[in-house]
Amino acid sequence: MNMRRTWAVTRKELLHIVRDPRSLSIALAIPLFMIILFGYALSLDVDRIPAMIYDADGSPQSRDLVSQFQGSRYFQIIGFARDYRAIERKLDSGECLMGVIIPNDYARDLLSGREAGIQLILDGSDSNTASIALGYADALVSLYGARLRAEILNQGRGGQASAPIDGRIRVWYNSELKSRNYIVPGLIAVVLMIISALLTSLTIAREWESGTMEQLLSTPVRAQELVLGKMTAFFFLGIVDTVLALVAGVFVFEVPLRGGLLLLGATSGVFLMGALCWGILLSAVARSQLLAYQMGMISSFLPAFLLSGFIYAIENMPAVILIIYLLTPSRYFVTVLKGVFLKGVGVQILWVEIVFLAAYASIVFLTATRVLKRKIA
Amino acid sequence: MTQAWGRVREIIKKEFRQSLRDPRMRVLLIVPPLVQLIVFGYAVNLDIESSPMAWMDLDRTPQSRELLAAFRGSNRFVVKSSTSGEDEIHDRLDRGEVQIVVRVLPGFGREILRGNTAPVQLLVDGTNSNSASILSGYAAQIIAGYAGKVAAQPQRSRLVMQTEAAGAQVRIGLPSLAVRSRVWFNPELKSRYYFVPGVIVNIIALVTVMLTAMSIVREKEIGTMEQLMVTPIRPIELMLGKILPFALIGLLDVGLVTTAALLVFRIPFRGSGILLFGASILFLLTTLGAGLFISTISQTQQQAVLSSFFFFMPAFMLSGFTFPIRNMPLPVQYVTYANPLRYFIEIVRGVFLKGTGVVILWPQIAALFVYGVTALGLSAIHFRKRLD
Repeated sequence: MNMRRTWAVTRKELLHIVRDPRSLSIALAIPLFMIILFGYALSLDVDRIPAMIYDADGSPQSRDLVSQFQGSRYFQIIGFARDYRAIERKLDSGECLMGVIIPNDYARDLLSGREAGIQLILDGSDSNTASIALGYADALVSLYGARLRAEILNQGRGGQASAPIDGRIRVWYNSELKSRNYIVPGLIAVVLMIISALLTSLTIAREWESGTMEQLLSTPVRAQELVLGKMTAFFFLGIVDTVLALVAGVFVFEVPLRGGLLLLGATSGVFLMGALCWGILLSAVARSQLLAYQMGMISSFLPAFLLSGFIYAIENMPAVILIIYLLTPSRYFVTVLKGVFLKGVGVQILWVEIVFLAAYASIVFLTATRVLKRKIA
Repeated sequence: MTQAWGRVREIIKKEFRQSLRDPRMRVLLIVPPLVQLIVFGYAVNLDIESSPMAWMDLDRTPQSRELLAAFRGSNRFVVKSSTSGEDEIHDRLDRGEVQIVVRVLPGFGREILRGNTAPVQLLVDGTNSNSASILSGYAAQIIAGYAGKVAAQPQRSRLVMQTEAAGAQVRIGLPSLAVRSRVWFNPELKSRYYFVPGVIVNIIALVTVMLTAMSIVREKEIGTMEQLMVTPIRPIELMLGKILPFALIGLLDVGLVTTAALLVFRIPFRGSGILLFGASILFLLTTLGAGLFISTISQTQQQAVLSSFFFFMPAFMLSGFTFPIRNMPLPVQYVTYANPLRYFIEIVRGVFLKGTGVVILWPQIAALFVYGVTALGLSAIHFRKRLD
């Protein structure tokens, strides 16, 4: 391999990029735009759940319970129903997600020491929101119940509240439980994967289509120099993208960065190489820009979005998907990003992922070189 | 009229032949629907069950073991390790091997027996904020349940003793509250129910926009558009002939995904099939219009693919498919009203899971109708101008 020839290819490619405003804008503006838009817009924080209350009891006790729901920031009481049907209708139309029904013997049961029942109806179609809403409601009622009990007990002991067990919850890594903190690192991986594969998927196919491949072949440049040279050119762009994305993550979205910057930079570099080589490989296989583009989009977007662990936890996969899953580089990158950003862990924990990313990059690089060689011959 | 229809039919035939012959088109028709169905039907799981948990017992009394039994018996947690080493706990959380650590502090059993407040600490991995808040809820409930059953007993007896000693009337009934919850539409809270119907929307949007745009731009790119123009076919007929095949393909996709949803994934279908069919047609008007529009602004197929992708991606992200619209910042929520995918997702989920009908879904249907007619109408005018 000759460094001078490789560098010549890189320079040529950089000139192409700079002269083509469209690819330059795809390369720089779109990733940043996507990260800012999606980082701002997407959230899985569940609060202000629209709820409706049907208080059939109408006693001071039931009104006290209602005020607990009204005071919680997790619920937004959109109205009071006069009967059961009204709640059903609002649930059907999706205007409210939860109905709270206080039966007419609530106060009587509560005062006589029997178990007083409260009924909740939830719209389960969004299973995730529903289970969180259910959790909040359960917690609210059980806390309220514990407080009522403590009040009664304290009447006999002159103050000094005490619950039997004090379960103190401490949340690590993301103590405010902001969904943004884990969406943004994943988003960075998804966007980088799509952009890198898209950018390079054109590069060799374009040479074939415009006939410049023959010219390149008449020069002494070799296949591995061509792949490496092209990759290096896009690598510079990719690094700019990565820096923009990380800066947006840390400064715009204030995701805590607890781990080492060096580790983050190095892993991003390795990941980028793999993703860029993937695009080059597709481009060498496809020979047509359009096909390369489409393959690049489908093979980067679908796995990166669905299988990377960006949002969806993956379990019980059929074998086919399992293989794709294990071979999805963004999955390992997402683990590293979340680990470094939120947990602040280092190489001793993340080395498996980094080794995989490096292996992926080298294998894809070698395959791309071989495919290109075969096509040239 | 019959002549016009004959010309349209010829274009449709030509279009079908061309699209199904082209391997790129075939891939686009098969791969995304299949992958999405498998992933969302089988693999994606936001349900939280049997989360890995570490147990750190610094007390080692019968009481702490009872609490452990309560955790084990809940089916919510799987105890992966019991340890007393602080470093090991750190390490396991760092590696993501456990999501929650329950630390029973020394003196737990003693305090319970005395009727005082007994200390328990929960360390939760908050990386995924959603599962963390669900998990903390579960853990808090288990602890509260144990507290209510076992630990309240000594407190109560002490209270009784105190009040008796004071000569007051003994009041044995303590207030207790119970929540009985019923979950509608998806009683087992399966995330599959939520996602699979939405796949219909994604597939139609992805496939029809891209295919329509590409098929028209291809004619421009390879110069066959001129050939078509010298035939007696009129622009409106050409347009119909171009979009009808993809409308059919889109409807076929709806049928396939619905069948798979019902037979393979056992998603309930509670509403009316006719409503779903009608809404799909309205939605197709919009996506075909978008495809047509993209074809008029693109010169090459590449531009067409890229533009379709950058139309699809934000539309997909902001449709409420994964990220509930209710959680978005208010300005973005208003923006989503301009997103046709949003309405169709609401209709599809309503029809599948809730069995809602026109009475409730009419605003969404009306929105799709307005959207479809305007999108297709404007694009058609634009398309004609470009051809003339």
